[in-house]
Amino acid sequence: MTKKSCALIAVAVLIFSAAAVFAGTLENVKSNDILTLGVSEGVPGFSAPDDKGVWAGFDVDMGRAVAAAVLGDPEKIKYVPLASKQKIVAVSSGQVDITSRTTTWTMKRDAKQGVDFTVAVFYDGQGFMTTKASGVTSAKDLDGASVCVTSGTTSELNVADFSRANGIKLETVVFEGKKEAFHAYVTGRCDAFTTDMSQIASLRTTTENPGDHVILPEIFSKEPLSPLVKHGDNQWKDLVTWVINGLIEAEEKGITQANVAEMKSSSQDPTVQRMLGATGDVGSFVNLDNDWLVRAIQAVGNYGEIYDRHFGPETKLDIPRGLNNLWTKGGLLYAMPIR
Amino acid sequence: MRCVPYVNLSAIFSAGGAGRTVVNLLIQGAVVGVVAFVSWTLFDNTQANLEARNIASGFGFMNVEGGLPINDTLLPYEPSDTYGYAFFLGVLNTLYVAFLGIILSTIIGIIIGCARVSSNWIVSRLAAVYVEVLRNVPLLLTLFFTYAVVLASLPHPRRSFNPLAGVFINNRGIYLPDPHPHTGFWFVSAALLLALFITYLVFRISKRKRDLTGEGLPTARIGFSLIIILPALVFYLAPSVLDFEFAVLKGFNYRGGIVLRPEFSALMFGLVLYTAAFIAENVRSGIQSVKKGQTEAANALGLKSTLIMRKVVLPQALRVSIPATTNDYTSLVKNSSLAVAIGYPDMVSIGGTIIGQNDQAIEIIGLWMAVYLAINLVISSLMNWANSKVQVVER
Repeated sequence: MTKKSCALIAVAVLIFSAAAVFAGTLENVKSNDILTLGVSEGVPGFSAPDDKGVWAGFDVDMGRAVAAAVLGDPEKIKYVPLASKQKIVAVSSGQVDITSRTTTWTMKRDAKQGVDFTVAVFYDGQGFMTTKASGVTSAKDLDGASVCVTSGTTSELNVADFSRANGIKLETVVFEGKKEAFHAYVTGRCDAFTTDMSQIASLRTTTENPGDHVILPEIFSKEPLSPLVKHGDNQWKDLVTWVINGLIEAEEKGITQANVAEMKSSSQDPTVQRMLGATGDVGSFVNLDNDWLVRAIQAVGNYGEIYDRHFGPETKLDIPRGLNNLWTKGGLLYAMPIR
Repeated sequence: MRCVPYVNLSAIFSAGGAGRTVVNLLIQGAVVGVVAFVSWTLFDNTQANLEARNIASGFGFMNVEGGLPINDTLLPYEPSDTYGYAFFLGVLNTLYVAFLGIILSTIIGIIIGCARVSSNWIVSRLAAVYVEVLRNVPLLLTLFFTYAVVLASLPHPRRSFNPLAGVFINNRGIYLPDPHPHTGFWFVSAALLLALFITYLVFRISKRKRDLTGEGLPTARIGFSLIIILPALVFYLAPSVLDFEFAVLKGFNYRGGIVLRPEFSALMFGLVLYTAAFIAENVRSGIQSVKKGQTEAANALGLKSTLIMRKVVLPQALRVSIPATTNDYTSLVKNSSLAVAIGYPDMVSIGGTIIGQNDQAIEIIGLWMAVYLAINLVISSLMNWANSKVQVVER
């Protein structure tokens, strides 16, 4: 019911947004003085309401950085929880300004579904979780198993591809919501549950006894997760892209939430001076003032700080940086030069 | 919509005869014009917006390989099949649920409805509780509940219930033996058809005899014995009739046989129990709409109680029950779209996945609406036909 009505609303918005089609998202965000951010329905670590009902997580912080850069206040965000199926339509129709919600960057979505991806903020891959009691140690041993999965995701297609590629038969049970799919696995309807590795780790922590579940070693897909914006609004896409590039570059340059003000006034590094607006006018390239990145970093910290806050060793998830480390440290994060 | 300007404005332009007709025509023309203009604007804007975002329109994607995994289909399916075929299988699943749901909820509804008017206090109270609980809880909750109960009450495949040889019940489904017919099967079927035909003839003869003499034949007894004895006789004489493919536990799950998956069972349970509550009320109101005097008069004439039900009460009760039941049938079809919540791949679930992969929401939503409309129009016309059969024929 919710899905159907939301899809209808999305279509209605698509139709009636004709008048607003040429007004830029940046102007809208500024004039409304609020950023509308599409988030998940609750994936701890990425985006989930905390015990006080405040949205928190890695994906949320990307949105907070943009809100701080544009509006000067990371709290000026209206959160819209989106089901998997809605995450593309919601942004292509203008219902939300950004979707920051564990969304895989694929060719079709980028080119044919009315959205543009910004920066891959999390390199993920799909895997399986199964019960320890099953004794399975490799995904290839899952022949004949039932697998619970969420509909409208790349996971759903990847699992079909995986079983075809390996000549094993998997019975997929497809659910509307991630919670329902995971619950069905926990109650024994399925032998295994599949989605991106990071989310598996996240959901495993929510089970009664995480030790009863094992994550199988195979990673069988590439899942570069990226915030996405409406296709065709280049000004807005550039802005979001460069705020995130700025957060990654800040980690590389050692700029942190705590020292950003000091770095701005005292750093002798010309790149840092340009980024933080002590010299030059890079802010104007994305139609903002020169303190844009200072505000973003003050609000959420650099990329590494954001990562550690939500996935670091002190958190329940404890996901190693792996591919999500700076290129200088053997990872894939490589911010384009800010100049 | 049309009535409002029609009434108000014609009162204002209270010109006589011909003048009024012209004014009315103008107003109606204007309304049609506005509707056409709004529709065209909507269509044009949609096209422009879709184009601006490079979203395709049209049904071309239906011929593309979908790659969707679907676990419960009536026809063989592979992820390498097209989106169109996947959607078609979803439509079949919707039809399947609708068809079985209507039959089962009618049977249960009639039983509960009769229990509701029973003179036995406990039976009628129990039926009332059933009706009130089921009618007043949202169907989605009922579905979540039935699904949770189905999953929680059934064991893991390795500890399956095995109530009969070849029947396995576990939390992956109910596994039944899959029958494979041989030549003998067709002989038995032919015998059954023959028995049904003879029974029909017996009914005709009995009716004519009763019309002439007032005394019928024991049709029920003759019919039952024919339908049982004739096929049974052929079954013994024929060489080989059927053999069964049994489900076997292999690795994680049972394979082979016929599977009723928990999602399907939970959906049928929920839909049927829910709709049956409404149908029971239609049955009750139908029966209670027949005046007591009718039954008493039939009693006084010395009719047996089964005959009173068949010849006096039911024909009048159906006049009241059928139109309301038509609504419940169409609601059942529409409600089956809630299948998506508990993982049954009906048309809405599969279409939703296609939207997720393709983003062509308008086309898929259009198809959903067209299919539901078509199913419900068929149901309505069948029920209207049934209704016309039981209405009083005016002379």
